[in-house]
Amino acid sequence: MALDRARPVGGPALLIFTITLLLLLCATSFTATATASAISGDDGHVVEGRVKVEVMRGKGFSKTANIKVIINAGEQVSFIRTDGSFSFEGVPGGTYLLEVAALGYFFPMVRVDVSSRLPGEIRASYIEGPRRISGSLVLEPLREENYYEIREPFSLMGLLKSPMGLMIGFMVICVFLLPMLMDSIDPEEMKRLQETQRANPSPISQFIQSRS
Amino acid sequence: MRHWIGCFVKGIRIFGEARGGWMVVAMASPRLLLLVVAVALFLSSPCHAIYEDQVGVRDWHQQYIGRVKHAVFQTQGAGRKRVVVATEENALASLNLRTGEIYWRHVFGATDSIDALEVSMGKYVITLSKGHIVRAWHLPDGALLWETRIHANLGFNLGLVKMPVDIDDDKINDLLVFSGSFLTAISGADGTLLWQVDAAASKNIFIEKVVLPTEESKAYGVGFYGINGLALVEIDLKTGDLSELKTAETAGILSTDHLHVTKDFAVALHSDAENLVVALINPSSESLTLVETPVRSLLTNPGTTLKLLSTKLEGAISLSSDDQTVILAVDSSSGKLSLVERLTGAVTVSDSLSVLDEKHATAMIEFSVEGNAQNVFNLRVHGTDFSDEIQKETVKLPSHRGLVQKVFLNAYVRTDRSHGFRALVVGEDDSLSLLQQGEVVWTREDGLASIVEATTAELPLERDGVSVAEVEHDLAEWLKGHIMKLKATLFLATPDELAAVQKARLNLADKTKPTRDHNGFRKLLLVLTKSGKISALHTGDGHVVWSLLVPSLRASYGGPAFVPRKLLQWQVPHQHALDENPVVLIIAQADPGYDVKSALSWVDAHKGTELQSVKLSFPVMRVVSIPLTDSSEQRLHLLIDNLRRGHLFPATEESLALFLKYKENAYFYEVDDADQKMHGYGMKDLVDPNLVDIKEGYVFETEKLWSIVFPSETEAITAVVTRRPDEVSHTQTKVLPNRDVLFKYLNKNLVFVATVTPKNKDVVGTANPEDSTLVAYLIDTVSGRILHRISHPNMQGPVHAVVSENWVVYHYFNLRQRRYEMSVLEIYDQSRLPDKGVVQLMLGQHNSSVPISSYSPINLEVKGQSYYFTFTLKSMAVTSTAKGITAKQLLLGTVTDQVLALDKRLFDPRRTPTPTPAELEEGLLPLTDSIPINPQSYLTHSYQVEGLRGMLTIPARLESTSLVFAYGLDLFYTHTAPSKIYDSLTEDFSYALLLITIIALLVAIVVTYVLSERRELAEKWK
Repeated sequence: MALDRARPVGGPALLIFTITLLLLLCATSFTATATASAISGDDGHVVEGRVKVEVMRGKGFSKTANIKVIINAGEQVSFIRTDGSFSFEGVPGGTYLLEVAALGYFFPMVRVDVSSRLPGEIRASYIEGPRRISGSLVLEPLREENYYEIREPFSLMGLLKSPMGLMIGFMVICVFLLPMLMDSIDPEEMKRLQETQRANPSPISQFIQSRS
Repeated sequence: MRHWIGCFVKGIRIFGEARGGWMVVAMASPRLLLLVVAVALFLSSPCHAIYEDQVGVRDWHQQYIGRVKHAVFQTQGAGRKRVVVATEENALASLNLRTGEIYWRHVFGATDSIDALEVSMGKYVITLSKGHIVRAWHLPDGALLWETRIHANLGFNLGLVKMPVDIDDDKINDLLVFSGSFLTAISGADGTLLWQVDAAASKNIFIEKVVLPTEESKAYGVGFYGINGLALVEIDLKTGDLSELKTAETAGILSTDHLHVTKDFAVALHSDAENLVVALINPSSESLTLVETPVRSLLTNPGTTLKLLSTKLEGAISLSSDDQTVILAVDSSSGKLSLVERLTGAVTVSDSLSVLDEKHATAMIEFSVEGNAQNVFNLRVHGTDFSDEIQKETVKLPSHRGLVQKVFLNAYVRTDRSHGFRALVVGEDDSLSLLQQGEVVWTREDGLASIVEATTAELPLERDGVSVAEVEHDLAEWLKGHIMKLKATLFLATPDELAAVQKARLNLADKTKPTRDHNGFRKLLLVLTKSGKISALHTGDGHVVWSLLVPSLRASYGGPAFVPRKLLQWQVPHQHALDENPVVLIIAQADPGYDVKSALSWVDAHKGTELQSVKLSFPVMRVVSIPLTDSSEQRLHLLIDNLRRGHLFPATEESLALFLKYKENAYFYEVDDADQKMHGYGMKDLVDPNLVDIKEGYVFETEKLWSIVFPSETEAITAVVTRRPDEVSHTQTKVLPNRDVLFKYLNKNLVFVATVTPKNKDVVGTANPEDSTLVAYLIDTVSGRILHRISHPNMQGPVHAVVSENWVVYHYFNLRQRRYEMSVLEIYDQSRLPDKGVVQLMLGQHNSSVPISSYSPINLEVKGQSYYFTFTLKSMAVTSTAKGITAKQLLLGTVTDQVLALDKRLFDPRRTPTPTPAELEEGLLPLTDSIPINPQSYLTHSYQVEGLRGMLTIPARLESTSLVFAYGLDLFYTHTAPSKIYDSLTEDFSYALLLITIIALLVAIVVTYVLSERRELAEKWK
């Protein structure tokens, strides 16, 4: 196997890896302990938070009642109340990934560290970028997502740029410019050109002639 | 008319093909190259999104809930009539009682199964799930109001009771939850805990059920006392105080499967099924009175499998034994039992419904006549003491609904103030139907929420062709439609016209025709569901063309029930497409404990009838599809049993002769998850039927050719992925901008295996990065050779992967960064490099026909690259097209139940941060550390495929288009064109504009002709 020639998978990724590691280190040094409320249960902790629903009004297909908060790819699923709050109970200590499923909005993935040594201590930070979540766990959509392409309003330029418009444009150019081109050629030059063409017929015209 | 449109389409097609192999053309002339680049740029804009008004033109979305297990009617009051249901698929839904439509629906987590369901105060839906989570939902809109976690003993009977008292004085009735020994009262308003008692600790009783007597603020908890006694405790609902425990014992041991409890008595069955024990709940008496009745005194022939049914009846109990159902009335004062009904055959009894103060009604559905297309059932509604029949109806249900499994009864008041009854029934196929006045009001195909496997079949050919004119009605109409469309594009149309245009495009007449179309968009989606039903959905709008509850897979009395496993293409007629129908093969596994281990069933894909079925005495572990068909175009299959013997199907002389020639090339492999090994097998000789106990068919012995042992301490197999066997790839080469040629390594026997550190195999986020490693292997399954191995330290599963052509893309978790990553591996064959150069390639043999042998020496180059990825994935697939010319898209099922389509170009190991102009011209994207996601690349746009489990991609006949079917609880279907639609006119193509252009050109020609004539004349005059 040509292992020496194979480019290792880690190559460019390693660079990215180090950069993001540095970024993350910067981020975590800032991350103060978020004081999200946590009640120690008999078999785990409570992770409580809130989805900022007040900024998510107005989209037809996204109902607040249908927003879900998902831990670790579906290990636990929680629904949000009308005020946007949600809670996971019985969460053992460890690190979790928290995702919000809300149609029409993009929520960045959040990392939640539930401390098993210090009961009730929960830290949360966004995974992408150095943003930290201080105070209580409030999740805000990063952006609205528009799943549809917007129809461009009608414009003459757009019409001309369409294949049909290009065709018309090309025709117009042909009609008005080509005769001018022919006119600009010196009549003697033209004659010579025609003669040489007659003497050495191009393979294409030969082909056409042989066909006919 | 059609002709010149056809010419136009053909022209565009040529462009499209040029784009597929444009590097080759580019050699010819640099000017042509420019043109082709211009066309390519014109055709490939970055996103493939649709416009909002195109929703529903090509796609459809259907919502299901699964098999219903709890249902509560909400028909009182002035509001809309609803039924709230909870299902086996952990869905909670509110349905419109008149139409069966979903008002709202919530799908709980995978482990969050719903144990109990109640509607309180007419506006709150209360659920108890996972044994200890109580949630309250707002009935009109499904919003979550509160959520409470309570203490629970798992594994005990669970229940939710609406209390008739209001402890916290907030005018909202409170709730009582019992789970094992814990009794919990919670506030109906906000879910706060009011009181909690541990009955086992204080009174040594495990409560099976709590009942409310008519007396206020009191309840009885009834449970087993030891193995041979029953216990009763009185609960003060205001405070949770338990009064003195009353117990009583019998001589025999009681069966703890079920305890039937009503407010007057409790009934248990002895474990030897000889005696029934009735305990009378009498608050005034000092102790619990037990009355024992021998079963034989009631029933002459009680059968062998007598058991108490969990149907909640008032004043009666129901028992089942063998194939009969028995209803016994219980006298609440003396505890005497008397036989009410003894029914044989399929009978389903509903819970008792309280109608008026002290009156109850119970429904019974009996199977009466089996029809050809419809089964006839008798629906009887009995009154309180079962002696009277209030209502009797015969109901006809289509035979593919099977027998009735569950019935929920609801009463309504007729105009003459008498009571009428409607029943909600769950069929054997998991469907839900509402019956009223002997008619089926509506039916929901909720079996489609649990698809096991899906495949496709072609529709029948159009017989003695419907003429083109007929499809396009008449020309004037057609033109009018297009002018209207043009007006819409030019924003000149009135709202009425816009609505007409939108309606016309949604109801394209030919979209739902039951015949094959030219573009290959109309197909049948065959889906096999968990209940053993196969349905054919039309790709046009998703309607069910036919359904069949496969008869040979139904549980019969004394026989095993079958679990459907696989759906395979058995016969795809090409030569005989007109007179033969495609056939699919269903493989099902039998319940353990029977001689029959599996069953095969052949189903006609056009008619929906079972052609043949076979019961097998061996379990089918693996199926090897042989790329050979016999004279009737039946595909050869080898079913591998648990002794690794191959059984040849179809079991005919002809297929045997065919297979004997092919035998040397038949291989299969198996993955041993327990031992972390992989084994490869080859075929040996036909087994002599005289030596081994084989009665029929042709059986081949196999031999182990190779084994790969993974180190079980450090590696656990987590994903095994292969190419789809029917994938076509157009070219074996890839031409680089510097005119070098790379040869793709297209090995059909390639398998991608990923292993992770066994500790915390599939748990995200808890493991230590230092001791987790993901190892990816590329293995040839014929020779067992490891073609490539790559180790990713600090990475962890779950791994999702897709293999196509010569590349693999996989998704996994980076523990150190705490984020997901995706990697691509592309495999190129270096051993074929000598005959490089595009000219040789063009002039030489078309070398994609040169087969790759697994045994030939290999010299592979594997290129790889990794990227960060934003989402958790549930499943992964890749588009497939008819000829494999079109670029590929990866289909990613995200955790939010959406389907994301990303270009393969994003996963190209040749991407660099600063690509050269030549590379940019080729279409190589600059390297980014994470995969950019454009919201317009969601194929599912504003839908969610709730509970997404799988995706099926089907090539259309049109090369540019791949059909996508995603299934979970919901179904979603759409078209995707990874390189845009280059081989046909898009749906919004403006024919009117084309016509206008042509007319304008004609006018221009005439005008210029006249002008030139004049000029010529003027010149001649000179």
